[in-house]
Amino acid sequence: MVVVAYTTSKYRPESVSVLFTDFSWLGNWPKWLDLPLMPFLNDGFDKLIREYGMFFEGINNFLLGLYTDMKNFMVGLPWPILMISVIALCYFVSGRNTGTTIMVAFCVFFLGFLSPRYWDKCIMTTCIVVIGMLLCLIIGIPVGILMARNKKVRNAILPILDLMQTIPSFCYLIPGILLFGLGAVPAIFAIFVYAVPPLIRLTDLGIRLVDKEVVEAAEAFGASKKQKLWGVQLPLALPNIMQGVNQCTMMSLAMVVIASMIGTRGIGDEVLLGLQQLNVGMATEAGIAIVLLAIIFDRITQSYGEKIQARTHNKKKLIL
Amino acid sequence: MSKIEIKNVYKIFGDQPSKVLPMVKDGATKEEVLEKTGHTIGLDNVSLSIEEGETFVCMGLSGSGKSTLIRHINRLIDPTSGEVSVEGTNVMNLDQKQLIEFRRHKMSMVFQRFGLFPHKTVLENVGYGLEVQGQKPEERNKTAMEKIEAVGLNGFEHQYPNQLSGGMQQRVGLARALATNTDIMLMDEAFSALDPLIRSDMQKQLMDLQSELKKTIVFITHDLDESLRLGDHIGILNGGKLVQVGTPVDIIMNPADDYVTAFVKDVNRAKVIKAKIIMKPASEANGVDKTNLVKVQEDQFIEEFLPQVVCNNANCEVIDKQGNVKGYITNKELQKSLTKS
Repeated sequence: MVVVAYTTSKYRPESVSVLFTDFSWLGNWPKWLDLPLMPFLNDGFDKLIREYGMFFEGINNFLLGLYTDMKNFMVGLPWPILMISVIALCYFVSGRNTGTTIMVAFCVFFLGFLSPRYWDKCIMTTCIVVIGMLLCLIIGIPVGILMARNKKVRNAILPILDLMQTIPSFCYLIPGILLFGLGAVPAIFAIFVYAVPPLIRLTDLGIRLVDKEVVEAAEAFGASKKQKLWGVQLPLALPNIMQGVNQCTMMSLAMVVIASMIGTRGIGDEVLLGLQQLNVGMATEAGIAIVLLAIIFDRITQSYGEKIQARTHNKKKLIL
Repeated sequence: MSKIEIKNVYKIFGDQPSKVLPMVKDGATKEEVLEKTGHTIGLDNVSLSIEEGETFVCMGLSGSGKSTLIRHINRLIDPTSGEVSVEGTNVMNLDQKQLIEFRRHKMSMVFQRFGLFPHKTVLENVGYGLEVQGQKPEERNKTAMEKIEAVGLNGFEHQYPNQLSGGMQQRVGLARALATNTDIMLMDEAFSALDPLIRSDMQKQLMDLQSELKKTIVFITHDLDESLRLGDHIGILNGGKLVQVGTPVDIIMNPADDYVTAFVKDVNRAKVIKAKIIMKPASEANGVDKTNLVKVQEDQFIEEFLPQVVCNNANCEVIDKQGNVKGYITNKELQKSLTKS
C-alpha cells in the first residue's frame, strides 16, 4: 500500500535515492505518504451511481411509494379513529395491560394537543420509522441467525457492524441523498445503517445464549437444523430478539430526527425550524412531541416483549 | 454382535487435534499434551462393546471423559479418530440426513440438567421426539400420555417444566426418552442433579421400567453406588482412559488398579451386591445343606436378606420371579463377598 501511495502521489521526490540522502521527510509527515483512498472512493461512488442508478431508482420508487401510500392512508383517517386504533393495538399487544394502555393513550392524545400541526408530522415520522424498522427486521434477523450458526459469518460481519455503529451518521446521510434523492428514502436508508446493528447483535446473542443442553436435546432427538431453529432456538431467543427490536425502534426514532437535516419531513423538522429561528419554545415543544412518540413506540414494543417472555419463560411456580 | 461397539476412539479438544493425535497415540500423558500443545485429551484409546438389553454404566470423576464418550454414540461429538458402530452400522459414515434419521429412530437421550424445553408443556416435551419425526398431534399426544402415566406424572401434562420439582422434571426427561420407543437409551448423569431420596426413587423406577422394556441403556454417573446398583457391566474411566470394564462384582472384588481400589474402598457391599451375583448355581450346589433354607429373590441385595439369614443361621435358596430355584448362597459366599480385600 505504501508503494501504491508512493507511485501515485504527485508530491513524490525525483527518485527513491533522495530519501536516503535527505532526511528532512522524517520531520513532518511527508505529503507523498498518502493513501489515495479519497479519489478511489469518489470514482467508485460515481461509478455506482452511473451504472446501478436504475437499481437505486427502483428501491427508491418502491420505498417512496410504500411511504406515500401509508402516510396518505393514515393522514386521511379522522384523528379519533387513528387514536383509538393505536390505543387498541397497544391494549392487545401488551396482553391487555391497562396501565401501559392508559399511558400510551395519554401520550397519543398529547401529540395533537401540544400543537395540531404535530399530528400529521408525527404520522410522517411514524411511517418512516415503521418502514425503516421493517427493513431492519427483514434483513437483521436472518443475518443474526446466520451469525449465530456460523462462526466464519460472524467474524466477517462483526467488523461491518462495528463500522456501521462508529461511522458518524452524516457520512452516510449525505451519500444517501446522492443515491436516493431528498426526502423520506435516504432517512430510511440512514435508519437502516444506524439501527440494524443492535438488532443483529441481539439476535445473534440471543440464539447463542439458548441453553446448550436444550439445543443438544433437540439434536439428540433428531431435530433437523430447521426444526431446531424454529422449534427451539428462535422461541427461546425471542426475549432477546424483542429487546433488539426495541433498541432498533428507539434508534430509528433518533435517526429520523437527525434526518430532518437532509430534508426529511416529519416532527424532526419542527425542532430544526425552531432552532433556526431561535424559537426555543417551538423547539422544546417539538422535542416533547418526539419524547411522547418515543414513549409510545417503546411501551408498545417493550410490553409485547414482556408478554412473550411471560409466555416462553413461565416463571410461575406451583406450590407442590 | 454387540449392540454398540466402540473401537480405539480418541478425542482431542483443541484447534488442531489431528496434529496432536500421533503424540497421544505414542502414549503421551494428558498433562504432557496440555503443556506442550494446549490440547486437552477427552478420550484416549477407548474400546468397549455393549450388548443388547444390558445396562452399561460408565463411571468416572468429572473430567474423566464420560460425557464425551456418551456423546460419541449418537455423534453429538465426532471422534478425532476411531470407530463407533451401532447395530453394525458405522456411525461415522452417516451423512447429515442419515444421522438425523438414526437419532430419531435408534436412540434417545436423558440429560443431567434435564434439557427440557422451557417453552413447551410437559405433554409437548414428551412428544418432542415424535414431533420431529413428523407425527400428527393426536397420535403423538396419545403416546406421550402413555409415557407420562408410565413415569407417574398424570395430571401434570399441561404444566411447564419450571413449574415442576427437579425429580418430576427428570421424569419428564425420562418419559421423553421413552416416547420414541428406541432400543437404546443414553443417560448422561441423569440422576446426578437430584437429591438422594429422589435419586434412589428414580433408580428404582428405571430398574422397574428396564425389567419390562429390556432396552440397551448406557448410563453415565460419578456415583459408584449408583453404578453398582444399576449396571450389568461397568466401565471405569480415568483421565480419558478406560481403566476397567467388568460386572459390579468384578469391580469390587478385583479392582484393576489403585484408582479403582480407592473408588471401591468405601462401598457398602451389602447394599450393592445382588443375590444372583454371589450365588452358587443350582447345578454346582450338591454339597449345600438344604435342611434350613431362606427363600431369596435373585434381584434382592444382600442387606435385604442378611438379617434373616443370620437370625436363622440358615442358607439361602435363590429363586427367580417365577419361583424356579436358581442357586444357593451359604455363609462361605456371604463371607467372601462382604470381606474387604
